[in-house]
Amino acid sequence: MTKSILRAAVLFALIASTAYLAFYYAPIEKTMGVVQKIFYLHISCAFSAFVAFGTCFYANLRYVFTREPKSDWLGVSAAEVGLAFITVVLITGPIWAHPVWGIWWTWDARLTLTFVLGLLYLSYLLLRSMIEEPDKRAMFSALFGIFAFLDVPLVYFSIRWWRTQHPQPVILGGPGSGLEPRMRVSYLLMWGALTGLLILLLSARYRLEALRAGVEDLRREAEVR
Amino acid sequence: MALIADMAVLLGKELRTEFRSRELLTTTVVFILVVVVLFSFTFDPSIGESRRFGPGLLWLSFLFAASLMLQPCFLREQNNDTLSALRLSVPDPFSIFLAKLSANTLFLLLTEVLMLPVFAVLYNLPVLPVFPQLVLVLFLGSLGVAIPGTAFSAISAQARMRELMLPLLLLPLLTPVLIASTEATGALLEANPELRRDWLGFLAGFDVVFLTAIWLFGEYLLEE
Repeated sequence: MTKSILRAAVLFALIASTAYLAFYYAPIEKTMGVVQKIFYLHISCAFSAFVAFGTCFYANLRYVFTREPKSDWLGVSAAEVGLAFITVVLITGPIWAHPVWGIWWTWDARLTLTFVLGLLYLSYLLLRSMIEEPDKRAMFSALFGIFAFLDVPLVYFSIRWWRTQHPQPVILGGPGSGLEPRMRVSYLLMWGALTGLLILLLSARYRLEALRAGVEDLRREAEVR
Repeated sequence: MALIADMAVLLGKELRTEFRSRELLTTTVVFILVVVVLFSFTFDPSIGESRRFGPGLLWLSFLFAASLMLQPCFLREQNNDTLSALRLSVPDPFSIFLAKLSANTLFLLLTEVLMLPVFAVLYNLPVLPVFPQLVLVLFLGSLGVAIPGTAFSAISAQARMRELMLPLLLLPLLTPVLIASTEATGALLEANPELRRDWLGFLAGFDVVFLTAIWLFGEYLLEE
């Protein structure tokens, strides 16, 4: 208990100090101005969300082949945490886009993919709440998760061919791309802090799911007796 | 070879069940008709506007209709307690899915082809000159709807609120099908019709991906 509070406190300090760096150490971007500061949070959350959904897919596949309840717990935890991160992405995105592009939202490839991804995992969680029996719930939601993840590249390419407006990747985007050194330091630290947050949330949610399953088992045992 | 033979027998069963009552087909046709008529009130269906919005609303109405039509696919088996019997009847569960999704594709295609003339008249769109190409788009699109739709019908049959669950599971997943089919249909209904092979190829790719997924995971989808 004290250990987890300590971990959370360290992470909180890390996030607060990287936020300070992002605002005061990193220079103000030339064309976009102060609003570009949201970049540090936006991209790092997007990264955490995609890692979470990738973890969910891995857990889904693992459940189907091994049927360990552990994989199911990991699957639901990753989906919930991923959904939380993607909500931050979907909220910070329009805040950034409005002053820079002049519009709140556009149906561009990456924006739409993020939105559809959020919808798919929302359906995944809804489906789980609609199936009572634990084994059935684990199996059918895992299967849906696998189908949903297979859809991701298809959604991306279909919208990319359709139209696209989102800027080309600045980081690792080929010649001419790259960040100013102080921006890079701030970005990397924020990225590390939010990856830490991802791990912390994921493990807390996983423990909760394990406890829930334990309670469920005990209740059944009590009913049998 | 045995797979094809099993599938043919099961497909016969699906078609017999449906054509005895024709419940599914009639209700779906009427549903699409209602949606297509209601849509015309949301914008002024002049020729230019129809060209712009027509293909999209046609596919949207097909998608909505399909998400309702696919509902009974596995629910019927479950309500009549025939799912286990069905599983025992064939060695490879993939043949059950093949039969069901072929039947669903056929039903969807049938209602779509029936509704196409009505749509063409109501929205003044030139359907006849490109009819064969349009049927090809309809076929690949319907297959794209029916493949994940059949799989999800097996999933939603196990859930509460299943009537709402199937559209919720299926519709976001069908984003690529909606885009590709709408684009391909739109290009065919332009003043200079064009068969967009890239979008047709994309639809075929979508179909192959999810057919492979059913082939790999079909047996788990049929667990009770």
